[in-house]
Amino acid sequence: MLRTPAGAIGLVLTLALVALALLADALAPADPFASVAPPLAPPSRAHAFGTDDLGRDVLAGIIHGTRTSLLVVASVIALAAIIGVAVGAVSGYWTGAVDDVLMRMTDFVLVVPRFFLAVVVIALFGAGTDRLILVLGLTSWPAIARVVRAQTLSLVRREFVDAARALGATDTRVLVRYVLPGALPAALVVISLNAASVILLEAGLSFIGLGDPARMSWGYLANNAQRFLRVAWWVALFPGAAIALAVLGLNLLGDALSEMLEPRAPRPT
Amino acid sequence: MTPRYVLRRLVQVVPAVAGIVLIAFLAIHTAPGDPVLALAGEHGDAAYYAFIRAKFGLDRPLPEQLVVYVTRVARGDLGLSFVHGRPVAVVIAERVPTTLLLIVTALALSTTVGVALGVLAARRAGRPADLALRTGALLAHAMPSFWLAQMAAIAFALGTGWFPVQGLTDARRSLIGWRYALDVAHHLVLPALVLAAGELALTTRLTRTGVLEALATDYARTARAKGLPERAVVRHALRNALLPLVTVVGSRAGLVVTGAVLVETVFAWPGLGQLLLSSIQTRDVPVLLGLFLLASTTVIVANLVTDLAYAWLDPRIRYE
Repeated sequence: MLRTPAGAIGLVLTLALVALALLADALAPADPFASVAPPLAPPSRAHAFGTDDLGRDVLAGIIHGTRTSLLVVASVIALAAIIGVAVGAVSGYWTGAVDDVLMRMTDFVLVVPRFFLAVVVIALFGAGTDRLILVLGLTSWPAIARVVRAQTLSLVRREFVDAARALGATDTRVLVRYVLPGALPAALVVISLNAASVILLEAGLSFIGLGDPARMSWGYLANNAQRFLRVAWWVALFPGAAIALAVLGLNLLGDALSEMLEPRAPRPT
Repeated sequence: MTPRYVLRRLVQVVPAVAGIVLIAFLAIHTAPGDPVLALAGEHGDAAYYAFIRAKFGLDRPLPEQLVVYVTRVARGDLGLSFVHGRPVAVVIAERVPTTLLLIVTALALSTTVGVALGVLAARRAGRPADLALRTGALLAHAMPSFWLAQMAAIAFALGTGWFPVQGLTDARRSLIGWRYALDVAHHLVLPALVLAAGELALTTRLTRTGVLEALATDYARTARAKGLPERAVVRHALRNALLPLVTVVGSRAGLVVTGAVLVETVFAWPGLGQLLLSSIQTRDVPVLLGLFLLASTTVIVANLVTDLAYAWLDPRIRYE
């Protein structure tokens, strides 16, 4: 993965994202909600990214926003991965009626516009990270399911699976012990690309004011910046740049992973 | 494209739409808060509450309410907007042309320019121009649309003053005829460019990959061997390279609509995005549900059109 510069950049950016989120309290120059300087102060030595209209440090906001972003992404992806892997594995292993039903379900969830569904749910149930994670998690698994199913379909025909069966392994054991490990690398590629799209979704939702007001987030910062575009470019520039870097990192990581797994296959786009 | 394929594909639309409507219905009914209290106020007497409950059919069993809801939605009746007091379908329909203008312009831009850039990158594969285009596409693909919009507004509207910051027309002048069209076009430039950027990146990448693959095939080699100029060979390759592009355009419908909504928010473009934003602020749930239904149907129809177009362009496609 580190052989290509793109893969290395992707890995570094993603690790930086995780590190920033974990060490937010230690790294942030101030409390993200505390007024620490004059309002709308341009970037300076004391406040590298300037301050917003309430005198809050933008850099501190971005660092703490990393935590929100990562919390949402990690939870959504965990939920989506559990459903996606389960649906894909079952569907690919027990072909037939089960497969038909599960795949129709997958096709359906695929057409549900995640952004608009999240808007409706938050408007009806109120803002909150928990429901955001639930909505996005329950709608982000189809791509994972499809990849895992395709992998499972090809793996169950392999000799080592026949061998395992001949040794008396149960279906569940064959699936979990022999098939899934082979299907997971391909799922990882989809997962990292999916993570990038979840970051954008979360940011978009916070940007239109549907984020959790108790948590600092990149989208909230960008939303707040909207009113000060004329006078304070820094309030808009840095939060969006943080989102772009996080998405870029995950996209590059996904590309590098897929290149590593299938060096000859065409790149996914 | 066999009639059988078209028919089977058309039939698949029904359960998808039904599922979407069911989601909307369930969302309304599981949401906290009693609609009767919202309609009648918190200090009404029990008889009045019962009256309201009966008037809006809220005393009926849930399956019956579902049937009523589905019939209404099927007739295009999405209820009344809490805020506007008018039918949701009308409130939404008024905004559709403005958003459609933005989306169509952006997609036209991203497709034409993206294909051109993709061909350019493929022909210069591995050279500096290719590398620059690929890097640019990666970056553009990662940027959130609303951020790109804000940066464009700061640089080209507030900074240089080349383009208006917000709106569909200049509020200070009332223009008619072609001057009006010109004014709208002037306001359209920045939002359309910003919305196009993300799609442009994807189109460029896909076209590049497709052309490179097609150029490595036997027919491309034959074309070269018989002495066709490279330009003609690329034209042959392009026809096949564009096929995957058709599928992607369909599967991106939801994302494009989402992008349009966010870009509109920044530029105060008076379309569906502005409606969504104001409905969020006023908790106008019927309108939000209407927008959800509209977005979902758009995605379903876009997927349908994509599949049919694909089957028409590539006769090898058959159902199953």
